[in-house]
Amino acid sequence: MSDENILEIRNLRIEALNGQVLVDDVSLELRRGEVLGLIGESGAGKSTIALAAMGYARAGCRIAGGEIRIDGTDLRGIGPEGRQGYRGMRIAYVAQSAAASFNPAMRLIDQICESPLRHRQMTRPEAEARAVELLGKLGLPEPAILARKYPHEVSGGQLQRAMAAMAVIGRPDILVFDEPTTALDVTTQMEVLALIKQIIRDLRTAALYITHDLAVVAQVADRIMVLRGGKMVELGEAEQILGAPAQAYTSALVAERDHSRPLMRPLPADPGAPVLEARAVDAGYGGGKVLSQVSFRLHRGETLAVVGESGSGKSTLARVLTGLLPQMAGEMRLDGRPLAPGYRQREADVLRRIQLVHQLPDMSLNPRQPLAKIIGRPLALRSGEKGAALQRRIAGLLDLVGLPAGFAERFPPQLSGGQKQRVAIARALAAEPEIIICDEPTSALDQLIADDILRLLMRLQDELGLSYLFITHDLGIVRRIAHNTLVLLKGETVALGPTAEVFAEPMHPYTRKLLVSVPQMRKGWLEEVAAQGPSEP
Amino acid sequence: MKRYVATRLALGLVTLFCVTVLVFVATNMLPGDAATEILGRGATPETLARFREQLGLDDPLVLRYGNWIWGLLHGDLGQSLTTQASINEAIWPRLWNTLRLAGLTALVSVPLAIGLGVLSAAREGSFLDRALAMGALTAISFPEFFTAYLLILVFSVKLNLLPNLSTIFPEMSFLEALRAMVLPVMALSCLVTAHMMRMTRTSILSVMSQPYIEMAFLKGVPRAAVITRHALPNAAAPIIAVVAMNLAYLVVGIVVIEVVFVYPGLGQYMVDAVGKRDIPVVQACGVFFALAFIGLNLISDVLAVLVNPRLRRPGGGR
Repeated sequence: MSDENILEIRNLRIEALNGQVLVDDVSLELRRGEVLGLIGESGAGKSTIALAAMGYARAGCRIAGGEIRIDGTDLRGIGPEGRQGYRGMRIAYVAQSAAASFNPAMRLIDQICESPLRHRQMTRPEAEARAVELLGKLGLPEPAILARKYPHEVSGGQLQRAMAAMAVIGRPDILVFDEPTTALDVTTQMEVLALIKQIIRDLRTAALYITHDLAVVAQVADRIMVLRGGKMVELGEAEQILGAPAQAYTSALVAERDHSRPLMRPLPADPGAPVLEARAVDAGYGGGKVLSQVSFRLHRGETLAVVGESGSGKSTLARVLTGLLPQMAGEMRLDGRPLAPGYRQREADVLRRIQLVHQLPDMSLNPRQPLAKIIGRPLALRSGEKGAALQRRIAGLLDLVGLPAGFAERFPPQLSGGQKQRVAIARALAAEPEIIICDEPTSALDQLIADDILRLLMRLQDELGLSYLFITHDLGIVRRIAHNTLVLLKGETVALGPTAEVFAEPMHPYTRKLLVSVPQMRKGWLEEVAAQGPSEP
Repeated sequence: MKRYVATRLALGLVTLFCVTVLVFVATNMLPGDAATEILGRGATPETLARFREQLGLDDPLVLRYGNWIWGLLHGDLGQSLTTQASINEAIWPRLWNTLRLAGLTALVSVPLAIGLGVLSAAREGSFLDRALAMGALTAISFPEFFTAYLLILVFSVKLNLLPNLSTIFPEMSFLEALRAMVLPVMALSCLVTAHMMRMTRTSILSVMSQPYIEMAFLKGVPRAAVITRHALPNAAAPIIAVVAMNLAYLVVGIVVIEVVFVYPGLGQYMVDAVGKRDIPVVQACGVFFALAFIGLNLISDVLAVLVNPRLRRPGGGR
C-alpha cells in the first residue's frame, strides 16, 4: 500500500444474515486530504460501505470478506477493542439526521467530548475547551452556553453543526459523511454544504461523502464512485463522471438531474370555476399562528405547488384543507360551497373528494395489512362492493398505479419505497377524489423512482382530471409539474401565480434565495452562491 | 414541573377518594356482618338487633360513610368490631412489618432485575439471555403460594437451613428477624424480578436501534458503556413505571405470602378481619393499600419526567 493512501478497501463483501449479498467485491482507496463521493440509489450499498470503512456492520449484516486498511492496519484483524480505538479517533462519522444522532438524555458537550475522553486523548477540561472552541468556529453563537444544552433545546441547524464538531474533535484523518444534507431544505442544505467544505479544507482530512444527489457530490468530491445494487458501476474523477460518464447507468443518473422538461399538460385558457378555494385563511397551534392570510384557487386538472422551507407552514396548510386542523379565520370553499373547518363536521362525500398522500409511505401504510385491505377498505366504503367485484376493483386500481394485480396479497414491508408510495396513491384514488393533497410524496425516494411517481401522478391527472395541491421544497419538481405556485415564508404568501412567472424576474428576494439554493452540477456553484453573501439562518 | 406535580397530586387525591367509596360500599356488600359472626349460633334475633345497634350497623350507609371518612381525615381509623380496640394501635406495627418485608424485597429484586435485564440486553440472543428468559417465564408461571411452599420444602424441610414460619416479634433482634424473613423475601423476589427484568431488557433493546446508539458505537464507545450510558437513561421511563407497579404489588399482593409464612403484616391482618367480618379493619387496610399504590405511581410518574430532559426542560431554543 502506498503511503499516500490513508484508507484502502480491497474486495469488500458484505452479506445480510440471510445470505443476501449487500456489497459485492468493492475496492477503493482514499488519499490523504482527498474527498471521494459515493453515489447511488438507496439499496446501492453506499452507507453499508461507509460504515464498513469504520469496521462496523449494522444489525443483520456482517462483513463477509475483504480488507479494510486504515494507514495499513486491517480493521478486520484487530478485534472489537482495536476497532474502538480507531473509531472517533482516526475515522469519524457524520450521520444524516443530527436530531436523531444525538442522545436526547445527554448534554451536547458530554456527547461531543465523549470520544476523546473515552480514548484518553484529552483531559476533561481540555476536551471541553476544545469543544467550545470548535462550536464557535463553526459559527454557533454563545458556544459555551449552547454546549451545556440538551439536544431538544437547540435548532436543527445548530445540531447539524454540533455533530460536525463531534466528528472533528478527535482530529480524525478520515471523515465519513452519510447523506448529511439529504433531510434539509434547499437553503439550509447550501449552508451545511459550505460548512462541510470548510471543515475538509481547514483540517485537510480525507472524506468519504455519501449522497444520492449528483449536484451535491459535484460540489465537494474530487473523485466519484457510482454504485448500484452493491456493485461498483464506475469510478473516476468528478469532472469525468459528471461530464463524460462511461457507463449507461451513470448517464441516466446525470440526465435525470437535468430536469428541465415539463411533465404536465397545459391548463385550458378558461379553466372554469375553482374546485377548491381558500380565502384569507389563518391557522396555527395553541395560540401561535403558523399561517396567515393564505388565499388560493385550485381548478380541475390543475397542479398548485406549495413551496417554502421547513417551518413555512406548508404541511399546516395540508392539515387545514383536510380538516385535521380547523382554521382560526378565513374561509374555504369546495365547488363554491363553504367547507366545514373540522373533518368531523364534514359530510362523508366531502371527505371523499379531498384525499391525502403522505411524505413517508412507510409510516402511512399499516404494515400488518395486505394491500387488498389497505386499498379495499376505502373502496368498499365508497361503493359497497364485496367479494369478487371488490377484488376486481382492487386489481383495477393496482393496475392504474402500475402495480401487478398479484400484489393484492402482499404486505407493505415486502414492497420498495416507490411501490409503497404507489399503494398510498391507489388508496387515495380508491375514494374517487377530485383533489389530492400530496405532502412531499417523493422527497423520501431516490431520483429515478421519484421521477416515476411524478410521471404516474401526471398520467392520473390526465386520465381522471385530478387537481393536486403539491407540497414540496424541491423547486426542480415544481417547474416540471406545477401550473401554479404558491411560495410561503413563515406562513405568509410571498408569491402566487403561474409557475413560470413566479420564477421569472422580477422575483421576491425570498423566491430568488430559494432558487439559487438549488444545487447545480457545475463545479464551483457552491463558492459562487456562498460569495453572494451569507443568507440569514 | 411544579404544575405537573400538583396536577398529579390532585388526581391522586381524587383517586384515593373514589377508592374509599368503593372500599366502603364493597365491604358493606359482604354477606353476613360482625354481629352474626361474633354472637355465633347462639344469637337470637333480639340480641342480634341490640348488638347491631350498639355497633352502629343500623345507621344509613351514607351516614356511616360520613362518620368513617371524617375519622379518617382526623387520623382515626376507628375501632375493631371484634376486639373493640383502636385500629390505629393495631395497624401501625403490622404496616411497619409489611413495609419492611416489601422494602427488603425491593432492595434485593430491583437491582437484581435491572442488572440482569441490562446483562440480558447486552448479550441478546446468547445462551445467558435465553436461560434468563426461561427462568423468568418459569418464575412468572408459578402461582406465588406454590413458589412459597417449594421454597419451604427445599430450604426448611429438606435442608433445614431456614425457619418455615416467619412470625416475627418486636423483641426479636434485627438478625433474627432478617433470618425469618429470608424465605418470604425469596418467594416475593421470584415473582417481581422476572417482570422487571424482562421490561428492562425490552426497553433497552427498543432503544438500541436508535441512530444515536449507532453514533455512540461509531465514536468508539465500548458496548457496555453504550448500554449503560446511552441506552439505559433513555429506556428509564418504562423501567421506572414497571418497577413502581411491582413495588405497589409488593405492598398489596403480599397477602398470600404473609398468610403462607404466617408473617404478621397488613395482609394477614386484613385476611383475618375479612374472616371475622371486622369491617372497619378491612376498610383501614384497603385504604392503606390504595395509598401505597397511588403514592408509588405518583412517584414513578414524577421520576419519569425527571429523567427525561425534554419533559424536565421543555421549550428551550426551539
